[in-house]
Amino acid sequence: MSTSTDTIESLVKQDYKYGFITDVESESAPPGLNEDIIRLISTKKQEPQWLTDWRLKAYRHWLTLKEPQWQFVKYPPVDFQDITYYSAPKQKGDAPKSLDEVDPKLLETYEKLGIPLRERARLAGVAVDAVFDSVSVGTTYREDLAKQGIIFCSFSEAVREHPDLVRKYLGSVVPYTDNYYATLNSAVFSDGSFCYIPKGVRCPMELSTYFRINAAKSGQFERTLIIADDRASVSYLEGCTAPMRDENQLHAAVVELVALEGSEIKYSTVQNWYPGDEQGRGGIYNFVTKRGLCKGRNSRITWTQVETGSAITWKYPSCILLGDGSKGEFYSVAVVNNRQQADTGTKMIHIGKNTRSTIVSKGISAGRGQNSYRGLVEIRQSAENARNFSQCDSMLIGNQCGAHTFPYIEVKNTTASVEHEASTSKIGEDQIFYCNSRGLETQDAVNMIVNGFCKEVFKELPMEFAVEAQKLLGVSLEGSVG
Amino acid sequence: MTKTPILQIDNLHAGVEGKEILKGLTLTIHAGEVHALMGLNGSGKSTLAAILAGRDGYEVSKGTVTYMGHDLLDMDPEVRAREGVFLAFQYPVEIPGVNSTYFLKAALNEIRKHRGQSELDAIDFLALVREKMKLLELGEDLLKRSVNSGFSGGEKKRAEIFQMAVLDPILAILDETDSGLDIDALKAVAEGVNKLRRPDSAQLVITHYQRLLNYIVPEHVHVMADGRIVKSGDKTLALELESKGYDWLLKSS
Repeated sequence: MSTSTDTIESLVKQDYKYGFITDVESESAPPGLNEDIIRLISTKKQEPQWLTDWRLKAYRHWLTLKEPQWQFVKYPPVDFQDITYYSAPKQKGDAPKSLDEVDPKLLETYEKLGIPLRERARLAGVAVDAVFDSVSVGTTYREDLAKQGIIFCSFSEAVREHPDLVRKYLGSVVPYTDNYYATLNSAVFSDGSFCYIPKGVRCPMELSTYFRINAAKSGQFERTLIIADDRASVSYLEGCTAPMRDENQLHAAVVELVALEGSEIKYSTVQNWYPGDEQGRGGIYNFVTKRGLCKGRNSRITWTQVETGSAITWKYPSCILLGDGSKGEFYSVAVVNNRQQADTGTKMIHIGKNTRSTIVSKGISAGRGQNSYRGLVEIRQSAENARNFSQCDSMLIGNQCGAHTFPYIEVKNTTASVEHEASTSKIGEDQIFYCNSRGLETQDAVNMIVNGFCKEVFKELPMEFAVEAQKLLGVSLEGSVG
Repeated sequence: MTKTPILQIDNLHAGVEGKEILKGLTLTIHAGEVHALMGLNGSGKSTLAAILAGRDGYEVSKGTVTYMGHDLLDMDPEVRAREGVFLAFQYPVEIPGVNSTYFLKAALNEIRKHRGQSELDAIDFLALVREKMKLLELGEDLLKRSVNSGFSGGEKKRAEIFQMAVLDPILAILDETDSGLDIDALKAVAEGVNKLRRPDSAQLVITHYQRLLNYIVPEHVHVMADGRIVKSGDKTLALELESKGYDWLLKSS
């Protein structure tokens, strides 16, 4: 009995490979939060007055809010005055005009993470915006994309170069009053990615942002805004890592997606923030608000996430299905191990007629991890013939972890159809022995079982991410994926 | 030329958590033979199957098990499988999300690697699978589903025999493969097993009832009671048991 359990333990105890620190001189704001800090961030980014005012409005609203307590996670109170809200690698002279001028140490960091940015080595078919602490250090393939009218750049650049688009859509899906962390983000957000796909254009490559926290005691508050105009389509990937540090660091991002008529946005995340050590020391608090608005008829938004990192994950990528015939999808694998906690799920708000939503959530708990699925399916009165299907499966590895499911269903239209399925299973000694007795080693058996469990989600990921996700889970590639 | 036995169990004592279940079991199986192991519930039949396959949690306190001239108890379960030991489970385990074809291909290739053979690619594997399905008269839909997931009792047992056909073991142990089967399913499973008989391999059929032995005809029948074999004979012993029950044996032992 002990042998297979040991193997499971060693499997889930893989070292965090991305825990190194880049030694760069950085320019940071003093820790603490007040209106001066917000003005400083805004000035650093050469923002127009309307944006500074928007930040300040958010800050003033934030002061009236209380940190949410309803989520099923435990952590000591965050001291918001002890966080550095702006940290950027120091630039020598003017801002780099192209990737060639970027500090080689930064380029090396991304190379170590498997994200080469230099022209010769950069990833084929994937355009990358690399965000380091509070700033974007570079975006690849920008010119190629611009030829088709696609805008893909850092958020700060977008504010300067495409202020009308930013002003029109910023806060249109997640208003600055939305929730505690989103409001905080609205006040202090630093950088992130901006993406606009014009009418009728199918983005020819995957767009991706790679987030890296480096500086100690700093928080990361990025903001991403993606707009797909009529009949446009885009697939967007997000990856993230952070050094191993003993103190907890806060990551409070906001992602807004806007899908206009007949357009499609596929947003995939492989979240691998530092999860803390075995005893639960350190790790990222990942308190993120992600929401997509299916604004136009027959538009479609797909969220796919593989969550393996962070000490605490609190996120609910959601879809507002406003346009008639629009579709929202949520595919999620969330893994908790050691002392990690996750409270994650989605919200599907059906407003338009004939709207459809699909939720597939796979939670894997190991060690002393606690994994909660929390999901809302809301069918408004106007949503004639709305359909939802939800499936929430939990898998337990070992006997000190927990899995919890909190489904919320609100239906105000009698023509709606809502289905919810849930299951909990345990990787059993029996399953492992069965595989052994067919010639398979225990580790391969565990990989196979976990991979089988996550299959429905992995098949939604773009090929490259599917591979990374499977490596992350220590699973071998199963023939049918990708 | 002396025949090397495939399996040689000598005075095996074994148990779980300090409780002795097998109390001096001795059994030799040669190539080309089918042995039936019968006995009441609790006599230790399934314990023997588990120990032969290498399930964790059993302690062997005395005796030896020699398989093809090697110490079987010294091998990890996956090594035993690669060396040609196959256990058809009494309760086959469900593995949701893992495709049956993928599972079986991975298993077969582990065995082939162990034997120094090249791994089969998808096309060759599929050809092999088709051939075996035809032999066992099985529908292909079984292979498209997850391993044993949502299979009926009969489907699970047939799937086990199908795995046996593909993995082509030297020693197949069938642990109560007849339990929970209706007569048609029983016949189908038995016919499959019979087709897999070969002069260089052997089968150990563990069963509670004689009826399976109407279809799988063994050379040798052994009756177990209280952790050891109390009587051995040819197939007529099974018929005798059927008519007289186990009592007469238990009294005389």
